[in-house]
Amino acid sequence: MGADEASDKAEKLARLDQGFAGGIPHNKALGLKFVNFDGATAWLRLPYDKKLVGNPHTGVMHGGAITSMLDAACGAAVFLALKRMGPIATLDLRIDYLKSGLAHKDVMCRTECYKLTRHIAFARGIAYHDDESDPIACATGTFAIGTKGAPIPGTK
Amino acid sequence: MTTPVPLLEVVQQARQNGDFSEFIAAIPYWRFMGLSARVDDEQLTGVLHYSDPLIGNPVLPALHGGTIGALLETTAVLELFYRAETVVIPKTINLTVAYLRSGKPVDTFAKARITKQGRRIVSVQIEAWQDDRARPIASASANFLVTPAG
Repeated sequence: MGADEASDKAEKLARLDQGFAGGIPHNKALGLKFVNFDGATAWLRLPYDKKLVGNPHTGVMHGGAITSMLDAACGAAVFLALKRMGPIATLDLRIDYLKSGLAHKDVMCRTECYKLTRHIAFARGIAYHDDESDPIACATGTFAIGTKGAPIPGTK
Repeated sequence: MTTPVPLLEVVQQARQNGDFSEFIAAIPYWRFMGLSARVDDEQLTGVLHYSDPLIGNPVLPALHGGTIGALLETTAVLELFYRAETVVIPKTINLTVAYLRSGKPVDTFAKARITKQGRRIVSVQIEAWQDDRARPIASASANFLVTPAG
């Protein structure tokens, strides 16, 4: 990658992070960060936070926070796949919890939009701590394209 | 550092008197989300109290899909704690949410129904609505692995 391409990518990533974290109140409240993208694949980080703990005895974050992260990240992958940005809506989302997460550790996720049709987008992804081959959860989502409302700020 | 409250005792108390407030207050994520539950005529309803940080689409505005997922899953878990014959520790295996209507910026309610209580696996159907119970905004099915507590 050339220097110009790298700076274009850094700029786009900053815009995506701004739009997804700053422009969407719940993503901001969770502390979600848009950390990387490649084509229609997105990488997001959910920093460990005590307020998101689901079991005070173990200190592990609640599955609901990971569900929200995967929902947002599948949507992010769909935005990356769209040539013309427009509003989208989640039709359905399935989460499989593969194993318990660990306390005091950030959760990462990688999601991709693997099929885009005129009206529907299909996305899938995994959540993990350090190793993508050892996931905590996986997600499959379908999204309606061209729904009501303006696009997410920063994704134009 | 504060010692976590003995959750098992808190759950046992909630099962008896139908008051889950102490249990919910003990879980940081539920407090963060503004989740609560009420029991009327032995029917448990989960409540997601509206606040601005729950928004996922500021233009409509609409609730973030993840917050509705969290309400559905939490209501299922509370139903299991309330309804199961003994105190069980439920672990979510999976959750499938169908989003039917966008969630308006108001309080959201949910009810769960246990469709199959197995020895180890319990299946639950959950529905969420806002001002009209007959117009659900989301429905879900979830499977839980349950192990006896204690």
